[in-house]
Amino acid sequence: MNSVNTIDFRTKKFRAGSFFFTGLTGLATILILAILATILTDVVYNGWGTLSWHFVSTIPKKDFFDSKTTGVLPMIIGTASRVFVMTLFVLPIGVITAIYLTEYAPNTSVITRIIRAAVNNLAGVPSIVFGLFGLGFFVNFVGKNLDVLFHHPTAVWGQPAIIWASLTLAVMTMPVVIVATEEALKAVPQGLREASLALGGTKLQTIIKIVLPQALPGILTGGILAVSRAAGEVAPILFTGVAYYMASLPQHLTDQFMDLGYHVFVLSTQSPNIQQTEPILYATVLVLLILTFALNLVAIFIRSNMRRKMRSLH
Amino acid sequence: MGIRRGHRAHPGEWLAEKFIFLVSLTAILMVFLIFAFVTREALPLITGEVSSAAVQPVIPVADMDKIPAEKLRIYLELTPSQFATMDHDTKKLLMETKVEGAQDAPDNKDAKINTIEWRYLLFPYQWSGYDKPVYIWQPVSEIKKYNIIPIVIGSIKTTLIALFFAVPLALGAAIYVSQLASPKLKEYIKPAIEMLSGIPSVVAGFFALIFMATVLQKVFGYESRLNAFVAGIALGFAIIPVVFSIAEDALTSVPRNFTQAALALGASRWQAAWQVVLPAALPGVFAAIVLGFGRAIGETMIVLMASGNASIMSGNIFDSARTITATIAAELAEAVFGGDHYRILFLIGALLFLVTFLTNMAGELVMNRLKGKLEGKK
Repeated sequence: MNSVNTIDFRTKKFRAGSFFFTGLTGLATILILAILATILTDVVYNGWGTLSWHFVSTIPKKDFFDSKTTGVLPMIIGTASRVFVMTLFVLPIGVITAIYLTEYAPNTSVITRIIRAAVNNLAGVPSIVFGLFGLGFFVNFVGKNLDVLFHHPTAVWGQPAIIWASLTLAVMTMPVVIVATEEALKAVPQGLREASLALGGTKLQTIIKIVLPQALPGILTGGILAVSRAAGEVAPILFTGVAYYMASLPQHLTDQFMDLGYHVFVLSTQSPNIQQTEPILYATVLVLLILTFALNLVAIFIRSNMRRKMRSLH
Repeated sequence: MGIRRGHRAHPGEWLAEKFIFLVSLTAILMVFLIFAFVTREALPLITGEVSSAAVQPVIPVADMDKIPAEKLRIYLELTPSQFATMDHDTKKLLMETKVEGAQDAPDNKDAKINTIEWRYLLFPYQWSGYDKPVYIWQPVSEIKKYNIIPIVIGSIKTTLIALFFAVPLALGAAIYVSQLASPKLKEYIKPAIEMLSGIPSVVAGFFALIFMATVLQKVFGYESRLNAFVAGIALGFAIIPVVFSIAEDALTSVPRNFTQAALALGASRWQAAWQVVLPAALPGVFAAIVLGFGRAIGETMIVLMASGNASIMSGNIFDSARTITATIAAELAEAVFGGDHYRILFLIGALLFLVTFLTNMAGELVMNRLKGKLEGKK
C-alpha cells in the first residue's frame, strides 16, 4: 500500500478521470443487466403467444415439430422426476456433510481441508465431464453389475435411465447444497447451542433439535437452488438417461425420459423448418425459464426473509 | 424442548458422529470416482491395447500358437469371456477369415496406421490425398483421424473470446457494485446480476443460435452465421456471473479502513477503488478470471449450439469452431461402445477434467491466501 503516498489525488486530470471511470463501471453494470433483460424479453415476447394449457398438458406425437399438435407434458414430467429423485439423494448427503463441516470438523485438520477442496472442485467440474462420469460409472459399472447380480438376461439397470441421470445430477449439485447449508448453520447464533449444551443436551440433540430447525429455511434455499440448477442442465443427462422421443410417460426409475432442456436443444438444432418450429421453441424455453426462475425467486425470498429474522435474533 | 440428560445417549452419539463423518467423505470419494472412471474408459488407449487401423497387420495362421494369448485375443477382437469359452478350431477359423479379409482390404497406404498413437493425436501428418502434413479431427471416415489439436484450438479460441468480452464487464460491475454504488442500489443490482447465472446454458445457447447470431451477422457482416465469435459472446453471458461474484467478494473483503484512509487523504471514491482497493484485491481478481476460464472451457451446450461445430484449424474468430466439450456431446452417442472413438472421447474428457481441476485448485488457493492476508491485516 506504499504506492498511496506517491499519488497526488488533487490534480484536475485525476478528478475528471474519476467521473469518467465511475461512469464506465456503471455502464458495464447496466450492460450486464441489459443482456439479462434482452434474453428475458425476447423469450417472453415470442413465447407468450404460443403458451397455452393445451401446450403444457399434451403428449406430442412422434413429429413434435408440428406446432398445432405438439405439447411438452412428457418433458415437464421427465425434468420434474429426474430432479425430484436427485433431491432425495443430494439433500441428505449435502446436509450431513455441511453438519460435519460446521459442527464437528476441527477447522485446521487435514481431512477437513481435503473435504473442502473436494467440494470446491466438484463445483468446478465441467457438466459434460459429469455426463461422461455418469455413463462410465453409474450406467456401465454400477448398472451393469446390478444386472449381473440380479441375473437379468437383458439390460435393465445397465442402460441410461432416470435413476442414473438423477444420481449424476446429485453429484453435480452436492456443492450447492453443502455451501448453502453451511451458510445457514453458521448463521445460527452460538448462544443457542451453548444454552442447549448447558441444559444437558448432547451435541447431537443440540444439532437435531436446536440448530437444524433454525437453519431449515437456509437448507431449503440450498435445495431449491440445487433443483433450479439441475433442472436446466442438459450436458450431464445426454448419455445417462434422456430420450429424443418416447411415446409414453416414464413409469419406472429404469426408464428413459424426455427433458425440457434437451427438448430446447432438439427443437433448435434438429428442426426441418426452423421458421415453423420457432413459436413452440420459444414457448418451450419460456416454460423452462419459468420453472427455473420461479425456483430461484423462491430461494431469494426465503433467504432474505431468513437474514432479516437472523438479524433480529443476534 | 424435551432434551434428556446428556450421557444416557452417548453410544448413539458416538455412532452418529462416525456416521456423519463417513457421509461427509462422499465429496472426496466422488472427485476420486470421477477421475477414476473417466480415465478408466480411456485407459486401454493409453496402454496401447486398442488399434484403430482399418487393416490390422496379418498374423499367419501357422504362428497362432507362438504369440501370447492376450495378444491373440485383441487381434481376434474378442472379449475375455468369449475368448475363454472358444475352442482352438474356432479361433483358427477366425484367423483364416482375418487373412482372407486382409486380401480384399481397401488399397490405401494409411489403412494400416493405428491412428490413435500419440503422434497422430498431437502432431500433423500427411495423409494420402493431402499435399502437406495437416492437423485433422475426422473420426467418422474410412481412415479415422483423431488429431485433437483443432478442437483444443477451438476450445481455447471460444474461451478467450468469452474472457475478453466478459471479464471487463464483470470486473467493471464488481468495482461499481462493491465500491461505488449506494448500499440501496447494491441490494437490487447484485441479485439481478446473479439471476444471469440462473439462466440455463441451453437457453443461452438457444438465444445465441436464434437471436444473437442473426443480429451479430448483420452488424459485423461475416460469412458463416454460427462461429467462434457468437459462441464466445454467449459463453461470456455464462461466465459474467462467475467472474462478477468472485471479484465482488474479493473487493468487498478488503477492509473498509483502506478506503476510509484514502478518502481522508482527499481521494475520490473512484481513486480509492482503483488505486487502493483493487491492488489489494488483485489476487482475488486473478482468481475470478482463472475460475471464469475454467467455467468457460468446460461449458457445453452453448458452444454446441452456437459455434457451428466445424473442426477447422483457423485463427479467424469469425470462422466456425468445434470445441472439446461440443465434440464429446455430439459424438459420444454415435461412437461404438468400447471402440477407439468412444475411448478417445473419454480421453479428451479426462484432459478437460484435469485442466479444470488445476484451474480450480489455483483459483481456490489464491482466494484463500488473499482472504487470510486481508483478515490478518484487519
